[in-house]
Amino acid sequence: MRSDASRPAWWLSAATIAALLFIHVPLLLIIVYSFSADVSFQFPPSGYTTQWYGEAWQRQDMWDALWLSMRVATIATLIALVLGTLAAAALWKSKFFGKDYVSLLFILPIALPGIITGIALRSAFNIMDIPFSIWTIVLGHATFCIVVVYNNALARFRRLSGSMIEASMDLGADGFQTFRYVVLPQIGSALLAGGMLAFALSFDEVIVTVFTNGLENKTLPIWIFEQLFRPRERPVTNVAAVLVMVVTLVPVLADYYLTRDAEHTGGAGK
Amino acid sequence: MSLAATDARSGVLRGISDWLFRKPNYFLLLLFIPPILWLGVVYVGSLLVLLAHAFFSIDEFSGFIVYEWTFSSIAQLFQPANIDVIIRTIVMAAAVTIASAIIAYPLAYFAARYAKGKWKAVFYLMIMLPLWSSYLVKVYSWKLILAREGIISWLAAKLHLSWALDGLLATPIIGGPSLSTSYIGTFIVFVYIWLPYMILPTQAALERVPTNLIEASADLGGKPSQTFRHVLWPLALPGLVAGSIFTFSLTLGDYIIPQVVGGSQQYLGSVVYLQQGTAGNVPLAAAFTIVPIVIMILYLTAAKRMGAFDAL
Amino acid sequence: MPPAVSFQNVARHFGTVRAVDAVDLDIAAGEFFAMLGPSGSGKTTCLRLIAGFEQPTAGHIEIFGETAEGVPPYQRQVNTVFQDYALFPHMTILDNVAYGLMVKGVDKSTRHRKAEEALALVALGGYGARRPGQLSGGQRQRVALARALVNEPKVLLLDEPLGALDLKLREQMQVELKSLQRQLGITFVFVTHDQGEALSMADRVAVFNEGKIVQVGTPEEVYEQPRTRFVASFVGSSNVLAPDVSSKLGGPAKWVSLRPERISMGGKGIAANITSVHYQGATTKIHAVVDGGHSIIAAVPAGGFTGQEKTTLSWPKNAMHVLDGEA
Repeated sequence: MRSDASRPAWWLSAATIAALLFIHVPLLLIIVYSFSADVSFQFPPSGYTTQWYGEAWQRQDMWDALWLSMRVATIATLIALVLGTLAAAALWKSKFFGKDYVSLLFILPIALPGIITGIALRSAFNIMDIPFSIWTIVLGHATFCIVVVYNNALARFRRLSGSMIEASMDLGADGFQTFRYVVLPQIGSALLAGGMLAFALSFDEVIVTVFTNGLENKTLPIWIFEQLFRPRERPVTNVAAVLVMVVTLVPVLADYYLTRDAEHTGGAGK
Repeated sequence: MSLAATDARSGVLRGISDWLFRKPNYFLLLLFIPPILWLGVVYVGSLLVLLAHAFFSIDEFSGFIVYEWTFSSIAQLFQPANIDVIIRTIVMAAAVTIASAIIAYPLAYFAARYAKGKWKAVFYLMIMLPLWSSYLVKVYSWKLILAREGIISWLAAKLHLSWALDGLLATPIIGGPSLSTSYIGTFIVFVYIWLPYMILPTQAALERVPTNLIEASADLGGKPSQTFRHVLWPLALPGLVAGSIFTFSLTLGDYIIPQVVGGSQQYLGSVVYLQQGTAGNVPLAAAFTIVPIVIMILYLTAAKRMGAFDAL
Repeated sequence: MPPAVSFQNVARHFGTVRAVDAVDLDIAAGEFFAMLGPSGSGKTTCLRLIAGFEQPTAGHIEIFGETAEGVPPYQRQVNTVFQDYALFPHMTILDNVAYGLMVKGVDKSTRHRKAEEALALVALGGYGARRPGQLSGGQRQRVALARALVNEPKVLLLDEPLGALDLKLREQMQVELKSLQRQLGITFVFVTHDQGEALSMADRVAVFNEGKIVQVGTPEEVYEQPRTRFVASFVGSSNVLAPDVSSKLGGPAKWVSLRPERISMGGKGIAANITSVHYQGATTKIHAVVDGGHSIIAAVPAGGFTGQEKTTLSWPKNAMHVLDGEA
């Protein structure tokens, strides 16, 4: 294996292309299927139509689910932004006994399978007699959203030079002013990026949500999940799937452009 | 001549700022307490409640939970059928991890070392976008692909490889009536879904290998294969291990994929789902969750020693 | 007028590490003061103690007669030029310079005008609309200077200000800083590990080693009359001779310091074999060995070395300065 060549070996390129195709073709197929005239999974489709989009437009239950997902994602993201940033600010420069364990605490929600988080929350709700509502869903989502924001914020804090904060204080700004004029503008883009990712995660979340939503509260992924077991409604499900893809595309792209630009406005001090 | 500057700011905020400056530890605490409270109470708290349930049992007749300490639920884990489930899940998780690593490495390597400038961005997006597009959508798309009348059968027929497909499906144990109801199908979907989690840390780890290390190795007389074995592989390993944390853990606990694509075999996740749901046997479900928790704690400790945490 | 800065038995410990260990210091108002020493000698910590980023573990600090312990940096009329300049990348140069005025509530037109004046002072007039990322290192340093000076501090602190500049720029900045300080009359305190810089800019120099001040004096005093072996070898280069070597070479039986440039070659003197020669343009450094195996370094002006292998070394009697301090 030539590891120092400036041109890749043919089989490396081939493997790369194959892997990329593997990743993307299924998603493209969904889009194709959403226009298919058949109700079955037949490939190739016998014809193409946009009627399913029309039908989906009429489905009130789908719109309700979409609206709920939006609300949950927004609230969970806001909570995560505040708590995640606080945690990152606290952990950034401090040294204290047990810091490693605290870092571990911030990995657990994503390192442990979601089902564990799900049924843990559910049994806690049962024991405390808390009824299911939008808030139980938010509780679950916010937990891993905090972790996402925390990681993004921490990475950005680490690139902040401590001397800038000292410089601000040296010039007469107290802690609050320093945060407002110096810290916040610099970490702002990372927070936004983390928030976008958290939003996308929450919007798409199903593994934990299955356990934390009641019968009346269906987020869009839950709705899709239930639809999966109704073969005759398949085409509408395809449309919903495309809808989810489009909605999550926006925050992911935004996150990418935000974190990329942030690296260009650097050149701090010397 | 006063030391303090004549400033327009005075009052409560300035006073708080002064106090926090003099007592940096309190400041830290203030920052810290809300998130820790949340994670500690909501997350860890409910985890503990769950684990406590493992030591309870259900009354067989009424179906209600009996809140008395007992090991009977945990003991049920050792029944042959349950052991089967656990082993099946672990084997699948391991297989998925290894396959993901094999597919991910060339791609990560290519993206890290050969993609320059604009292409880097393209690669990044091409790997990130599917990661963040809906989990359910992706699982669902495979249901379409693997279906008997789906694209794979169509492709196989077009390429005159239907016999190969049938042969694959006829393989004992991992085969089945169709791709979407066999181990193979479940395996493929698992690999597909978790692949980006493996690619990203590996790529990041490979990108961190400075080119001059490779040049140094060549300068000292190392052949390309030796450079790979002694320089690139060890330095990429933490990234692979970090990725494997996700692939392993996510496979261990997943209950949706086996239901959508797969036969009637039970996996850890689906058993837990069943037990706490329709079966109403939360203690047994809780007992089952101890397995992935223990496995993951061991895995995380081993991974940390291999330096995977720096690659996350 | 009280001293600009006064340290009374100040200590700053980090656990068992004594970064600053019982330091007494008085910096007069209007002085250009240098704190010189190797890394880890405590000079930077002392600077941070004046700025307010560190609080003393023991002792008392006064700035123009007022107690400084417990006063946060944003309430001291002291401003710092940081080693890495610490400019705010998300603000324009003008906003950077005007920052100190902005947080004090000065209105926009006034603070912009003052910022422009400060920029003109450091020869960067008209650069206000640019961003830090667009400037060179030397320019960024001037911006940092302007940003500090615009607040009319009573004391200006500079943390290794010239370390990152190349030689020519450094020499130019040394001249400019000195004239700026004279012009403004503000007390400048700067930290450096470069003794040449300290000698050329400062009115007085404090030499630090291992958390303590070993000697304070004018550059001439510190250079010509070092108190200890450390000062003799850290400030400029010197032949530090043990008592027995010193007496053998005609000096007193004590530790002495003999500066290379005071040594002449040829004429009546001590015989020596030349072991290596280093041409440095204005001077040439000669490494020689005298009878008894002791090596001496001499610095002769250009043209003083003509390729000989043996020579004689001589120096005036008072060139051998006795080091009466410890180590």
